[in-house]
Amino acid sequence: MPTLWQNAVKGVSGVHQLTDEWVEQYDLPVKIAAKLAVPADQVLGRVEMKRMDPSTQYGVIAAREAWRDSGIEDIDHDRLAVAFATGIGGVWTLLNGWDTLKEKGPRRVLPMTVPMLMPNGVAAAVSLDLGARAGAHTPVSACASGTEAMAVGQELIRSGKADVVMVGGAEAAIHPMPIAAFSSMQALSKRNDDPERASRPYDIDRDGFVMGEGAGALVLEAEEHALARGARIYAELAGTSVTADAYHITAPDPEGLGATRALKAALFDARVQAEDVVHVNAHATSTPVGDKPEYTALKSALGGHVDNVAVSATKSQMGHLLGASGAVEAVLTVLAVHERKAPATINLDHQDPEIPLDVVTTARDLPQGDIVALSNSFGFGGHNAVVVIRNH
Amino acid sequence: MASNEEILAGLAEIINEETGLAPDAVQLDKSFTDDLDIDSISMMTIVVNAEEKFGVRIPDEEVKNLSTVGDAVDFIAKAQA
Repeated sequence: MPTLWQNAVKGVSGVHQLTDEWVEQYDLPVKIAAKLAVPADQVLGRVEMKRMDPSTQYGVIAAREAWRDSGIEDIDHDRLAVAFATGIGGVWTLLNGWDTLKEKGPRRVLPMTVPMLMPNGVAAAVSLDLGARAGAHTPVSACASGTEAMAVGQELIRSGKADVVMVGGAEAAIHPMPIAAFSSMQALSKRNDDPERASRPYDIDRDGFVMGEGAGALVLEAEEHALARGARIYAELAGTSVTADAYHITAPDPEGLGATRALKAALFDARVQAEDVVHVNAHATSTPVGDKPEYTALKSALGGHVDNVAVSATKSQMGHLLGASGAVEAVLTVLAVHERKAPATINLDHQDPEIPLDVVTTARDLPQGDIVALSNSFGFGGHNAVVVIRNH
Repeated sequence: MASNEEILAGLAEIINEETGLAPDAVQLDKSFTDDLDIDSISMMTIVVNAEEKFGVRIPDEEVKNLSTVGDAVDFIAKAQA
């Protein structure tokens, strides 16, 4: 987490050329991505690695880090829940199993294949790891999944079903098939010769998103539970909302109506006013069609106050982690409020004149006093999810 | 044709790869479930890897009869004969 935050403030790109042999083998049109900075096998043991899909490996690593950081030692495990999202699930396991079937026959398909490929595998593994017995949930809403997990966690606490919820999202889809599929729909940047500059939200020359991978995890805790144990509280999850466009299976509503409703509902849920918002961690994936409707929605929901909001597009640095993006961006939004600093957006050389947001290109201090920040996520399927973070 | 000692060593290696158990914990009299704590999914992975390593076929209906490591070594030795 300290490294994540330092790099987000400095503006360090994690996007590189892919060196895997399958890039040339299949002559993929996209040859860049943001892979894990530290490979999972440097953190997990050999046996754990074998029994988990990469998405689960990343989720378990992030959840363990968050758990250690929370300092929770003594807890009623019947009151501890998990809400851990993924957009795609165990795609490596699924496709490796298919390759094995074709090459070696059914007998060689690993018996662990099903628990490794199921989308709830991450939540289940985290639940098993922590001994969380108040339910293990897996919201799946494409690139809104990680943010929706925050909403699920909030409901579990508000409804009294849990005292503590491990929330997060994990994704490991840097595999040639998903790359080919996203590339076929013209969603990915093909700036192969300049990877660090490929993810450029709001820039006039943006040409698609860059695939990332990894996981984010946060420990959500009922306020009285956190206060009673003297927890270090980073911030308050003040509100959430989830809406659906019901407009098109992949294209965002050009008027951003679903996103506008999500923003307004989240502000209402948190009982805050548009004028309280000082910072937005935007969804901003760097696709030509996606970035503008979010601006339209922010303008509709925040009114003239939109001009006073410091907007960060952190996918410019770490690419798009699909179902994990909302979780990692929630971590960054919480830290932004806690540290009172909006992280950097890189590669904004010529801002799209149709998106006149106040984009933070160099990390910027946020005001003292009570502040509110938003994190938006939108996903294929017309999913919109927003979280509202307030200082505590 | 592998000797019984070689089969035991090979099984110990496969079990270590799958479960992390130290190879010297794998002894002929040890029960897969009660002593080595190997669940049914891991057992099937070990069976399939043993089939490949020793060039034998261990039918699914035989697996439930292999309660100790010694049972598995005997089965593989006979199947190789």
